[in-house]
Amino acid sequence: MGVLARAWDSDLAWSFRRSPVALLSALVALVCVVGAAGASLLAPYNPFDLASLNLMDAFQPPAFMEEGTAEHLLGTDDQGRDVLSAIMYGARVSLLVGVSATAFAVLLGVLVGLVAGYAGGVVDAALMRVADVQLTFPNILIALLVDGVARAALPRELHDEIAVYVVIFAIGISDWPRFARTVRGSTLVERGKEYVMAARVIGIAPARIALTHVLPNVLGPLLVLGTLNLGLAVISEATLSFLGVGVPLTQPSLGTLIRIGNDFLFSGEWWITVFPGVALVAMVLSVNLLGDWLRDALNPRLR
Amino acid sequence: MTAPLLEVRDLVVEFPTRRGVLRALDRVSFDIAPGEVLGVVGESGAGKSMTGAAIIGLLERPGRIAGGTIALGGTRIDNLSARAMRAIRGRRIGAIFQDPLTTLNPLLTVGRQLAETMRTHLAIDAAEARRRAVGWLEAVGIPAAAERIDAYPHQFSGGMRQRVVIALALCAEPELVVADEPTTALDVSIQAQVIALLRRLTREKGTSVMLITHDMGVIAETADRVAVMYAGRIAEIGPVRAVVKAAAHPYTAGLMASIPPLSHRVDRLPQIEGAMPRLNAIPTGCAYNPRCPHAFDRCTAERPELIDAPGSRAACWLFDTHAPRARADA
Amino acid sequence: MSAFVLSRVLQSLPVMLAVAFIAFALFTFVGDPIANMLGQEFTPQQRDALVAALGLDQPVPVQFLRFVGNALQGEFGLSYRLSRPVADLIAERAPATLELALCASVLALAVGIPLGVLTGLRPRSVLSRALMALSLVGVSLPTFLIGSLLILVFAVWLGWLPSFGRGDTVALGGWTTGFLTASGWRALVLPSVTLGLFQLTLIMRLVRSEMLEVLRSDYVKFARARGLRERTINFGHALRNTLVPVITIVGLQIGSIIAFSIVTETVFQWPGMGLLFIQSVSAADIPVMAAYLLLISAVFVTINLVVDLLYYAVDPRLRAGRGH
Repeated sequence: MGVLARAWDSDLAWSFRRSPVALLSALVALVCVVGAAGASLLAPYNPFDLASLNLMDAFQPPAFMEEGTAEHLLGTDDQGRDVLSAIMYGARVSLLVGVSATAFAVLLGVLVGLVAGYAGGVVDAALMRVADVQLTFPNILIALLVDGVARAALPRELHDEIAVYVVIFAIGISDWPRFARTVRGSTLVERGKEYVMAARVIGIAPARIALTHVLPNVLGPLLVLGTLNLGLAVISEATLSFLGVGVPLTQPSLGTLIRIGNDFLFSGEWWITVFPGVALVAMVLSVNLLGDWLRDALNPRLR
Repeated sequence: MTAPLLEVRDLVVEFPTRRGVLRALDRVSFDIAPGEVLGVVGESGAGKSMTGAAIIGLLERPGRIAGGTIALGGTRIDNLSARAMRAIRGRRIGAIFQDPLTTLNPLLTVGRQLAETMRTHLAIDAAEARRRAVGWLEAVGIPAAAERIDAYPHQFSGGMRQRVVIALALCAEPELVVADEPTTALDVSIQAQVIALLRRLTREKGTSVMLITHDMGVIAETADRVAVMYAGRIAEIGPVRAVVKAAAHPYTAGLMASIPPLSHRVDRLPQIEGAMPRLNAIPTGCAYNPRCPHAFDRCTAERPELIDAPGSRAACWLFDTHAPRARADA
Repeated sequence: MSAFVLSRVLQSLPVMLAVAFIAFALFTFVGDPIANMLGQEFTPQQRDALVAALGLDQPVPVQFLRFVGNALQGEFGLSYRLSRPVADLIAERAPATLELALCASVLALAVGIPLGVLTGLRPRSVLSRALMALSLVGVSLPTFLIGSLLILVFAVWLGWLPSFGRGDTVALGGWTTGFLTASGWRALVLPSVTLGLFQLTLIMRLVRSEMLEVLRSDYVKFARARGLRERTINFGHALRNTLVPVITIVGLQIGSIIAFSIVTETVFQWPGMGLLFIQSVSAADIPVMAAYLLLISAVFVTINLVVDLLYYAVDPRLRAGRGH
C-alpha cells in the first residue's frame, strides 16, 4: 500500500493527474484495449462465424441514419457482418500485432544496444553501422521487403498459416535500430561511470552489470520510445494489411477492414471504411498522446 | 557623493512552483557608483546570477520580479515595456556570460556579430561598423584583427573567445556591464589575463562593472567593493579590503577562513558546518543562524537588515549597538 | 573539400554493395526463377538452355559479378508476372512517381517550414496550440486513411477531383508528364496532399522543436542581452541555426516520401513505381522487387550524400576541420 501511495504522489503521477489530455487519452486507450481484448465476450456478434451471416442483412447503414436499425449500431458490410463487431475483432488483431512487433523490436534493440555499448570497439562500430544503414530506409519499405521475401520463399499454405508471425517479424525487424541506438548510447554513458568500473574490477560478469545497472537507467527513454513505437507499429500493420500483404483474410485487422470498405466508397456505403478508420485513429492517437505526455513528464529539463 | 549609477532597492524575485512560491531573492538592496567595480560573491544558488538576470531583464520563466525597484541613472528600469528594455540592453547595460563557446553564435562570423550589435544601437553604416569592429578586436588583444574579423567563433581559443565576448559587451558603449562568472570556464592561466583586460577597458571608459563570481580571489584582485550573498539575501557589503581582511558577518568570516593561506601551513582547513539552505527551507530570522557560531535568540526571531559594522555593512544582529542583546550564555 | 566528398562517396560504396548482395541473393536463391519463367511444363532441354543463358550454372561469386555488371547497365531481367524487361517497366513508371514525389515534397516544405516557424516563435498562442493538436492527429493518421477520406470527401461527395489515375499526360521524349494539362494537375492534387501531409506535420513539428531549442540557447540569450531586435534574433540567428539540422532530416524525409508513395499510389491507382512494387510483392515477382530495392537504395544513398554535402556547405564548423 505504501508503494502505491508513493507512486500516486510521485511527480509522474502528479503530472498525469494534472493533464486532461493524458487522462483522456488513457481513457480512450483503455476502452480500445478492453474492447479489443474482450472482443469475443463483448462483441454483439461474431462476424467471422460464417454460419451466422445472413446476406439479407448486407449493407445496412449505421443506427443513426434513416434505414439503420439498433441491431447493427454501425451498420453492416457487403457480407452482412456487423461493423461494430468486426471493428472489435479487428482491433484485437491490430493491437496484438502492434504490441508483439514492438516487444520484438525492443528486445532485439536492447540486446544489440547493450552488446554494442558494452563491448565497444569493432563490435560496436559494426552493429551501429548496420543500424544506421537500416535507419536510412523507411521502415515500411523494410517491412514490405521482409514480407515479400517470406511470401516468395515459403510455400503458399505455410505462408498463410504463419502470416501473422511474418508480419510481426517484419515490423519488428524494421523498428529495432531506434531502440538499439538509444540503449547503446545509455550503455556507453553508464559504462564510463565509476560504479561500473568498480564492479568490473571486483569481477562481476558484464551481463549482470548490464542488466542490473545499465538497464534501469535506460527504462525511461525506452518507455517513451516504446509507447510512440506502438502507434507506428499499429499503423505499419494497418498499412501492410491495407496493401494486401499483411495479415491474412481469415484474421482481418482494422487495416484489412478499411481496404474491404474502400471498394464501397463510391456506391455510398461509406461506413464500412470510415468506422474502422476512426477506431484506428482513436487507438493510435491515444497511444501517441500518452507517449508525448510521458516524454514531457520524464524530461528532466522541462520540470 | 556622486549619484549612484545603479540603485537596487528591496528587490524580490519569486518562482511559482507546484509546491508553492519560492523566493530566490528576498529584498536585496545595493548601489553601484559610476566607474566602480562591485563584486557579487557567494555559493552556487545564493542568487548572484539571478540578481544579474533581474537587472538586465532576462529572468527565465517562470521567475519574475515580485517587488522592489531597480533604477539606472535615476530612472526605474524594472517596470519597462519589453521594447524599452531592449533599447537599454546592450546600449546602457552590457552583459558577459560564463561560457564563451555557447555564448557566440557558431554560424556567424565575429565581425558580423559585432557589427550587428553596434548598428542596432548606434547610427552608423556598415563600413563604419566594420571599421569599429576591427578596432574593438584590437582593443581586446586579438592579434591580426583585420583578418580575424571574418573568422568564426570555433576558430578562436577559449580565452580569445571570451575577449570577443567582452568586445561584444562593450561595443555599444554601455554605462554598466554585468559580468556573470566571466572567467570560470577558462584555464587558470588565462583567467588573470581576461580579468585584467576587463578591468583595464572598463576603467578607461569609466564603465561600472557588476562582477558576479564564486571566486574570492578574482574579487580581491579586481573589485572596489564586494557584496556577499547568502540564500537570496545580502549578508555583507563593503569595500573589498575591509571585507577580505576583516570580515564582519560570520558567514563572510567563515568563507575567508576556509581559503588556504599562502603564508603558512594549516593541518585542517576550517569548514562551515552544514550547507546553505534550500529555497523552500529558509530558516526564520537570519538565514545563516543554524550554522552560525555566534547565534543568539534574536537571530532566530527577526531577520536583520544591513547594519553598519566596522569597515562595512552586515546583516547581522551582532552589530546592532542600539538593542542590547540577550546571550544564551552570558 | 574534395577529400570530404571522396571519403563520403567511398563510405557509400560498401552500403551499395551490401544492398546489391541482398538483391542478388533474393534473385538467385528465393523461389525458383526457372519455374517462374518457363511456367508449369518444360523439358529438361529448355531448362538447361535457360540455365546456361542466365548463367545459373556458374559459381556464386561469378553470378554476383554478372548481376552487378548487368545492374549497372540497367539490365534487371524479366518480370515474372508481366514477362517484360524490368528496366522498361520501371522507366515507364518512374515519371509518375517522381512528379508525385516532387509535388508532395514542395507542398510539405512550403507549408511545413513556415508553420513550424510560426508555432516555434509563439508556442503558447491559440493558433499554435490548434496547429500542434492537428499535427498530432496528422501523425496518427495512416497515409492510406488520409487518401480514402480525401477521396470520400472530394471525389465522392463533392465530385471536384478525380480519385484515380493521372489524368491526361503529355509525352516528352521518354518522359510522360502530367504538369502540362489541366486534368493532369487536378489528378495530382489529392495524391500530393495525401503523400505530403505526413511529411508536412513531421516537418512542422521538427522545425518547431528545433526553434524552441535554439531560442533557449545561450547565444540567443546573449543576443537578447545585447539588445538586438526581436526580428534580427528570430530570423538572423534563430532561424538560421534551426534550419541547419532541419536540412538533414528533410533530406532524409525525401526517402520516406518515395517509400510512402507505395501506399498513395495504391489508394489512387497512380501508375507509378510504387504500385508496380506492391503488385510484385503480392505476386512474388522477385526481379522487380530486387530491381526496385537496388534503385531505391541508390536513390537514398545519393540523397544522403547530397545532404552531407549541403550540411558541409552550410555549417562553418565542418569546413574548417575540427575546431579548437
